[in-house]
Amino acid sequence: MTLDALHLARLQFAFTVAVHIIFPAISIGLAGFLVVLEGAWLKTRDGAYKDMYFFWSKVFAVGFGMGVVSGVVMAYEFGTNWAGFSTVAGAITGPLLTYEVLTAFFLEAGFLGVMLFGWGRVGERAHFFATLMVATGTLISTFWILASNSFMQTPQGYAIVDGKIVPVDWLKVIFNPSFPFRLAHMTVASYIVAAFLVAACGAYQLARGRRDLPVKRSFSMALWMLVVLTPVQIFIGDAHGLNTREYQPAKIAGIEGLWETEHGGTSLNLVGLPDMETEPTRYAIKVPHLGSVILTHSWDGEIKGLKSFPPEDRPYSPIIFWSFRLMAGLGVLMLLMSLVGLVLRRGGRIYETRWFQYWVFCMGPSGLLALIAGWVTTEVGRQPWTVYGVLRTVDSASPLDAQQVGTSLLTFVIVYLLVFGTGVFYMLKLMKQGPAASDANAPAKAPHPALERNALTRANVAIDR
Amino acid sequence: MVFDLPTVWSVLIAAGIFLYVMLDGFDLGIGLLLPFFENASDQETMLSTVAPVWDGNETFLVLGGAALFAAFPVVYSTLLPANYLPLVLMLAGLIFRGAAFELRAKATGTRHLWGLAFIAGSVQASFCQGVVLGSLLQGITITEGRFTGGAFDWLSPFSVFCGLGLLVTYATLGCAWLILRTEGELQAKMYALMKPICAVLLITMLVISGWTVLAQPAVAARWFDGHNFVYFAPVPLLVLLSVFGIFRAVNRQRDRMPFALSLLLLFLGYSGLVISIWPNIVPPSLTIWQASSNHSSQLFALVGVLIILPIVLCYSFMQYRVFRGKVRDTRQGYSDGH
Repeated sequence: MTLDALHLARLQFAFTVAVHIIFPAISIGLAGFLVVLEGAWLKTRDGAYKDMYFFWSKVFAVGFGMGVVSGVVMAYEFGTNWAGFSTVAGAITGPLLTYEVLTAFFLEAGFLGVMLFGWGRVGERAHFFATLMVATGTLISTFWILASNSFMQTPQGYAIVDGKIVPVDWLKVIFNPSFPFRLAHMTVASYIVAAFLVAACGAYQLARGRRDLPVKRSFSMALWMLVVLTPVQIFIGDAHGLNTREYQPAKIAGIEGLWETEHGGTSLNLVGLPDMETEPTRYAIKVPHLGSVILTHSWDGEIKGLKSFPPEDRPYSPIIFWSFRLMAGLGVLMLLMSLVGLVLRRGGRIYETRWFQYWVFCMGPSGLLALIAGWVTTEVGRQPWTVYGVLRTVDSASPLDAQQVGTSLLTFVIVYLLVFGTGVFYMLKLMKQGPAASDANAPAKAPHPALERNALTRANVAIDR
Repeated sequence: MVFDLPTVWSVLIAAGIFLYVMLDGFDLGIGLLLPFFENASDQETMLSTVAPVWDGNETFLVLGGAALFAAFPVVYSTLLPANYLPLVLMLAGLIFRGAAFELRAKATGTRHLWGLAFIAGSVQASFCQGVVLGSLLQGITITEGRFTGGAFDWLSPFSVFCGLGLLVTYATLGCAWLILRTEGELQAKMYALMKPICAVLLITMLVISGWTVLAQPAVAARWFDGHNFVYFAPVPLLVLLSVFGIFRAVNRQRDRMPFALSLLLLFLGYSGLVISIWPNIVPPSLTIWQASSNHSSQLFALVGVLIILPIVLCYSFMQYRVFRGKVRDTRQGYSDGH
């Protein structure tokens, strides 16, 4: 298969949006964490909270900056690469994005300066207010961008006039059928992403021998968060699945690699290789009735197979079959880890169990991995449409040739790897350093004095040494 | 009374773009001036003056994109593909610049490289914005709401000159901003730079004005037909007056005047461009009414803008207030806030 302009444009969008999504997800989650930390400090005046706040706000600052710059690209990419989409759906997507910029981006940017540089320049309460506004901004942004995205998945409240989508009822447009589920799923996912980063950072510092309060408390708070959120997320994901089966049945068939509509109970393909040419799912391992149980919550519920849709309306199953399994598998692993952590809390073993610390450390990027896998599932699953059932991807692209799109794709790949690679590297470096431990908070006797000393004296490590 | 939504929206977008050019203008300008200041402490001070506000400034660029998308999707979907390469390069420049802001402060061995990335990114982004402006002024081929020109239509001597012109504009703003925000030796250097750079800017503005009038009969007609020139004459006159004012302020060492007058100068230049193309939004043929989105979309987005934008401006202003005053100690600068 040769890459034409359309596929290059899709590849470019997928690449730029996948890199972008990492940073807002981290910002949304960490901003919430920072509000809690600063609030706790104001209430208790416990210095450890303040240390944690300063530390995590540094990580947040880098993530946020990366999010802003990668986001500017997105705001223009609709026009440069997707002129067809912009012309047909601009009347819906444009206003929603405008609201996002106005209500969210400005709120974040307007208070970020105070949050990061205003300590000492404004009062404590004003500073807390700034943190709160930044966190609120991240959530408002999530609201609008998912309203816009969900409209593309499950459009309603519109009419078609002269070949263009025009809004009829804005409330229906915004609160479209998949929106509440997607919003909840994404917001919780962002908090999980951040919780895993905080937990993994804590695990790393614990494994290195640090036992001061900021480290222990970061670790513990993040794990509590995960105990609550992972089951909630699985529950929301399940509800989202039911919603998708109702409004985008072809996507569900693609995700499950189902070709025939099975009567009297659908089995679930645990693993397998969907083949778009010959139309079976090869090497499948099936569990009878499980598909019905999961997707319809009944023993013999019916699920439409891919063959009930014309070939030109089917999503590319091999990708979403596996991206979904990656996401769901990680979800189960996350739940397991959280529960093990809960058990280890008895008798305070949670800070001393080495293998658990390694496990949590390795799970650090799992939140992000699952998030991206989830996005791949829902976006590739929307194909071959950009606005589901209304506008095809083929008709959405700009009148560009493959050379132009190829050049810009290459530019973006190089620039992104250089810039965001360094950004991520720096965030990791910061987390390797860990929060500063003031003497007042350090325990009287460290388990490994040498390690402890080492950990405490390494202030301000440069990112490139 | 019924407002004409396309008119309201074009005024709003024009104002939004002006806000962007004004705000990001001086902060891009700092990137353009940076290579002429070798002293590390000077460089730190220069960067510190914009560290808390640059991402707010850049948000206006995102607003411009989104508002254009909402109110005039046809412009969004023709102007952008027509300027594909310069826009991609502009974005790449902005990425480098924004990231360098964060990363330069944290690097030691590669600090120099990130400083270069900051400079190169600023130059590239500013130049490309100028090129896009130039290509807009010279006109874009549109048939039936689709861009039908070639991949390199944007490239012409005129658009390249506009690119250079915008570099001068931003450098002037940056220089005036630094006069306002610094003191001592650094400020003295900026004072010394202000007059020559302002003179170059004046020449640039004259050349661009002359060039558009000579090359485009429509623009010439707009300015010189009938009594038009009488109405528009205040624009060039005020330009000369502001340049004169800047020179005077520099002589008398008035810290605030050069920045205020540079903004006025920018506003006048911008008004001149708007006068030249109105009521087209993409010359030579696409008017704001042809480019408009439907009534409901424009109204819905307008409600948001009218309610929220004043609030946004309020707290953006508050933020500038919090960080007002001369920037003295480089230690209070970026990443050393705590």
